[in-house]
Amino acid sequence: MSITTELGRTGHQPPIAALYNRHIAPRARGARLKYYILVAPALLLSLSVVLVPAVLTAVAAFTDWNGVAASASWIGLDNFSSIFADGVFWTALANNIRWMVLFLTIPMAIGLGAAMLLLRRPRSRTGYQLIFLIPYVLAAITNALVWLNIMYSPIAGLVGFLRKQGINAPAPLANLQTALYAVAAVDMWHFWGFLTVVYLASLRQTPVDHIEAAHIEGASGMQLFRYVYFPSIRPTLQLMFVMITIFSFLSYDYVKLLTGGGPAHSTEVLSTYAYTFAFSTFQFGKAAAVGLIMSLFGLLPAILYTWLSRRDLQA
Amino acid sequence: MSAGRSPIQSVAGHLVLLVLAATALLPLTLVAVNSLKPHSEVVRNPLALPTSLNFANYRAAWDFGHFGTGFTNSFMLTGTAVVVVLGCASLAGYVLAGKKIPAWPAVMLYFLIAVTVPIQLFLFPLYFAFAMLHLLGNVIAVGVVIAAINMPLSVFLMRTFFLKVPNELEDAALVDGANTYHVLRDVLLPIVSPGLLTVGVIVGLIAWNEFLISSTFLQGEGHFTATLGFLSMNGTFSTNQGVMMAGAMILIAPVVVIFVSVQRYFVEGFVSGAVKG
Repeated sequence: MSITTELGRTGHQPPIAALYNRHIAPRARGARLKYYILVAPALLLSLSVVLVPAVLTAVAAFTDWNGVAASASWIGLDNFSSIFADGVFWTALANNIRWMVLFLTIPMAIGLGAAMLLLRRPRSRTGYQLIFLIPYVLAAITNALVWLNIMYSPIAGLVGFLRKQGINAPAPLANLQTALYAVAAVDMWHFWGFLTVVYLASLRQTPVDHIEAAHIEGASGMQLFRYVYFPSIRPTLQLMFVMITIFSFLSYDYVKLLTGGGPAHSTEVLSTYAYTFAFSTFQFGKAAAVGLIMSLFGLLPAILYTWLSRRDLQA
Repeated sequence: MSAGRSPIQSVAGHLVLLVLAATALLPLTLVAVNSLKPHSEVVRNPLALPTSLNFANYRAAWDFGHFGTGFTNSFMLTGTAVVVVLGCASLAGYVLAGKKIPAWPAVMLYFLIAVTVPIQLFLFPLYFAFAMLHLLGNVIAVGVVIAAINMPLSVFLMRTFFLKVPNELEDAALVDGANTYHVLRDVLLPIVSPGLLTVGVIVGLIAWNEFLISSTFLQGEGHFTATLGFLSMNGTFSTNQGVMMAGAMILIAPVVVIFVSVQRYFVEGFVSGAVKG
């Protein structure tokens, strides 16, 4: 299908007929070229920055490439077997799973609860929403350093102040048992406001006649939520569930900034583990293998996400 | 609606919301208060108000955090990301909304998959490509990368804004003899301008706050963004918390001011990606 013949075909059509046929006959193929050109910048940019390097990573995972050498040899599954033999990998994976469980429960519950409270307060909700979102719009670097210095620091921060008052508060980030939860707490502090706003917007889309009918029927608060609001916001809940699951296996910023994976790998997650291979020990093939494993953990929820979004494709 | 609720429930609800608001604001209040205090006062009691108003911490933080260079670089990076995203995503959104190419479902599916590709799956080869092209430290190039990463979601958002425009409008303009370029520029873009603002605000925020890619690709203080400059202060200035907190305020204040003044577009952007209308 060459473009020139298609352009020629358009030229043969009488102009008026072409105009009338716009909605009936499929548009001449030549005219489509113009639209392919319009979609090309977005598509090419994404292909060259995301897809091509992603495919390269998938290939490199089976090589011993160090990221600098011009050549690399195919080593099959060696990267994977040495990663699976490394205890740190399993610590990191377990931490990602803990992260997922924490984020699927605590911010989900607080976000939903706060949204339900705001739903009944049309006058004050704009103000609350604004306050709840402030941590969400600030940079990870800002939030992490604020918590590191003025909250968690055993010398200058709130923790240090509590210690001076005689309260035996452990340094949250230096303790093997608490470090991961202390890091997750900062990320959740930054994140839950987003969920509140999303849930509130979703709750407000519940059809008014359903709510009124439930009131007339004398439904209690719990019944109202269970039978009217919950079915209405279920697609949003599902989507958030899937997104949180995906992001739990990719989380990087707050871990890297607050602990760098320490102390003694106790906060190591897959992304910091991969990053160390790539940029500290220059084992690029291993970094790629970890990247591939992380993506596979994201793939399952991603398939679910695609399935949930199928309405977009049909729209 | 409050008829069915007892006053106790109502008060309890407000109490919960107030506690949540306090939790969100406590660390930031501590930053503001301690940014005006010398280190010794911060260490003695971070909860105490400053005894005098001293802005010397801000001057020191501005110099040592390289905020002059940092803000310039952040503006260039963010500006590049926003311009590239808006240009590409509005064109693609227009084509996909109008189903103007037969391959539109394939393009949609590709973007849907691209949303879920994690940064870690393409970061490492991209880094070595950047190294080979001598683009490490180039804030404009990093802006383009951030634009590319946010492209799929931006395309989807722009597409939904174009879907709301009645077809008749475009048809009428075409009948009047306008070409596609004029239809887009003079008819459609003004109508979808709230969409452009929403997408621009969200992508701008993401680019301004970005950490993983900028910290990997922008090494050396001449290439630091504002946030990376602040990060470079950490450690050195752990012994001067007043200056650290002033540095944090320099980053927090502008973002909060912008957020509060155009919050409608922020909220719309956060929600439109997550709530199916």
